[in-house]
Amino acid sequence: MKFGVIQFPGSNCDSDTYYAVRDVLRQPVEYIWHQDTDLRKFDCILVPGGFSYGDYLRTGAVARFSPVMGALEGFADRGGLVLGICNGFQILCEAHLLPGALTANVGLKFICRHVNLRVEHNRSAFANECREGQVLRIPIAHGEGNYYCDPETLARLEANGQILFRYCDEQGSLTDEANPNGSLANIAGIVNERGNVAGMMPHPERASESVLGSEDGQFVLKSLVSALVKA
Amino acid sequence: MAKVKVYVTLKPTLLDAQGRVVQNALNNLGYEEVDGVRMGKYIEIELKDNGHSVQERVDEMCRKLLANPVIENYRFEVSD
Repeated sequence: MKFGVIQFPGSNCDSDTYYAVRDVLRQPVEYIWHQDTDLRKFDCILVPGGFSYGDYLRTGAVARFSPVMGALEGFADRGGLVLGICNGFQILCEAHLLPGALTANVGLKFICRHVNLRVEHNRSAFANECREGQVLRIPIAHGEGNYYCDPETLARLEANGQILFRYCDEQGSLTDEANPNGSLANIAGIVNERGNVAGMMPHPERASESVLGSEDGQFVLKSLVSALVKA
Repeated sequence: MAKVKVYVTLKPTLLDAQGRVVQNALNNLGYEEVDGVRMGKYIEIELKDNGHSVQERVDEMCRKLLANPVIENYRFEVSD
């Protein structure tokens, strides 16, 4: 089982993500440079958070054309597991590996704090270690996390169970107050129709040890390991 | 040599949070008639003549990179 963490110019959660896989999950992991195009040795690829290419033009808009992204599309086509976190989620949307887009937070502020996430179901490779309806406490850190898609896409996401995590209050209720950025239907994380490419704005790697204030991110990260063991 | 002005705006169905803040600021300054503000991006491009159709090439640039068709509309003007 081999994990890869992509590094773009401007990625800044690459080391945290690498650390979470190596030292918390205790799984083999390697960095992948944005110019690399051979991903055959990997089973799961993590697209980390940060500000790739300075977020110029739009978040993820330039990173999406890096050489590694063509290879990542092939990796996803072959059924490989891909998880984009924060900027990684934005990049996967720009690359059309996930539907929709992430726009400016409705309050226009960069928000960096813990939020509550409701696990919508545990049938995916990204939440199989969670209970359905479980509330996870995981931090967000973004200025553009406001998920948007057209009504037809939203209906499809709902019908197919492609919504993985939604912003909620401590009891798991989906309120407007618990929605930090104005995301449509409180969406915090989604998966593609095939079930092997997911993106989420909250940072599970920043909630992977008790010293960080929460270990709930482990539920997401360990789900990847369980999915790969079963595969 | 052609010069192109590209305008990228959020689709009307999306809330333009920046535009709303600017509208409130204008209203607060006494411009009560301001009933809506939408903000966008303005991009200037200079093109060398290489035989390609400027219209087609710039349209492609907009669709590929300059605008995200999921959330944005674009239009452009070409001048020599």
